[in-house]
Amino acid sequence: MGAAKEGRMLLVTKIKDGTVIDHIPAGRALTVLRILGIRGDEGLRVAVVMNVESTRMGRKDIVKLENFYPRFEDITKIALIAPTATVNRVKDYAVVEKRPVEVPPVIEGLLTCPNPTCITRRPSEPVKSRFIVVGRSPLRLRCYYCGSEIDEATVLKELASV
Amino acid sequence: MGWRGRDVVDVRDFSREELEELFEVADLMDKELAQGSVRKRLEGKVIALAFFEPSTRTRMSFESAAKRLGAETIGFTSEEAISVSKGESFVDTIRMLDSYSDLIVLRHRYEGAALLAAEVASVPVINGGDGRQHHPTQAMLDLYTVRRIFGTIDGLSYLVLGDLKYARTVASLLRALAKFRPEAVMLSSPPELRLRDELKRELEEAGLKLEEVPLEEGLRRADVIYVTRIQKERFPDPQEYEKVRGSYRITRRLLESLAKKGAKVLHPLPRVDELAPDVDSTDFQAYFIQARLGVPLRMALLSLVLGGD
Repeated sequence: MGAAKEGRMLLVTKIKDGTVIDHIPAGRALTVLRILGIRGDEGLRVAVVMNVESTRMGRKDIVKLENFYPRFEDITKIALIAPTATVNRVKDYAVVEKRPVEVPPVIEGLLTCPNPTCITRRPSEPVKSRFIVVGRSPLRLRCYYCGSEIDEATVLKELASV
Repeated sequence: MGWRGRDVVDVRDFSREELEELFEVADLMDKELAQGSVRKRLEGKVIALAFFEPSTRTRMSFESAAKRLGAETIGFTSEEAISVSKGESFVDTIRMLDSYSDLIVLRHRYEGAALLAAEVASVPVINGGDGRQHHPTQAMLDLYTVRRIFGTIDGLSYLVLGDLKYARTVASLLRALAKFRPEAVMLSSPPELRLRDELKRELEEAGLKLEEVPLEEGLRRADVIYVTRIQKERFPDPQEYEKVRGSYRITRRLLESLAKKGAKVLHPLPRVDELAPDVDSTDFQAYFIQARLGVPLRMALLSLVLGGD
């Protein structure tokens, strides 16, 4: 996005240092915040822009976080519900790193298998959930242990309730 | 890849050639059994039979197979009998069995239990049934029975009938059939017990053509009629079970009026009321043969995995 164009469209000011998560599918910014564990009472300066025009996506959401850098694990979660997102690291008002999120081939320990009799759901069992990505668009994950499949809607529901 | 040291968790892990090798060894074992001259190939071995869920045929045929081959067996037949009932984790129980035995045969009501056990244990793990997911040795036995009766697995029409949703024997049988070239694979079930979509998709991706047919059509066309029990214990809701209970029943009269001459009925057993006892004395009955062949088939399996040639 060119500076002039951004100037016309800008709803919120630039941040000095921190992270801008751009190209989030429209309507999912609040889920992204939930994944990051941001509730608002941490005192962080956060800007949420929802349903704004995007040349690439039609409409999109943007989240700006001052002095906040997401953990790798959280970026993986974001990739699951917002595969189009880019994570931009901002330093002194300039983007110093721009990275598209990526869904890894195997997702470990992040999601709970929906099957109540999957071995990973057995209480006190020292085993992490493990899902194999069997489809990216649309998203389809298969539990490595019990073979149950989950789709994007289920992932969204689970990550939105964290 | 060969059989030696392999885990037997999922029938999909084995090629057609490997299954045929297993069937040939099973033929040899059966011959030795008939002659009363079984070689003690597994003398000095200890086999753990870890049955966290009840079983009659699978457990006893493994036990008999192990003993025929000269191995010792240790184990338990329910969770109540062991420390799991005191809160011990499954993984800890497997670690213990791993150090006490040369091979673990496992049954558990949780899906994925055998795969997790295979990750934890250094000795081979044979899945004797995990939840509603896999029962590879039953599928091997089913196809072995077909091969013994018909001389082939290819070119036959199969009707798989009953609880296609929860029966792990169905899932494993269909996965195994996908490695062969059946003439037709027909499915017939009450609407509530249809094959799960994800399994259906997986089988179709593996190249298995499935036809959903009314029971009468299936009975008319099938060479192999595979009947399953409604898996009462896997229903999350007892009311759902009551709705489908008794919704199909294969009887002598039904078979005599519809089935092809030479057609055979298989059933992984136990049966409840889906298969009438009056079929037992007909030529359609093959389920007792199937149960009997469980011993030579599992002897072959143990022998191949433990390398007792």
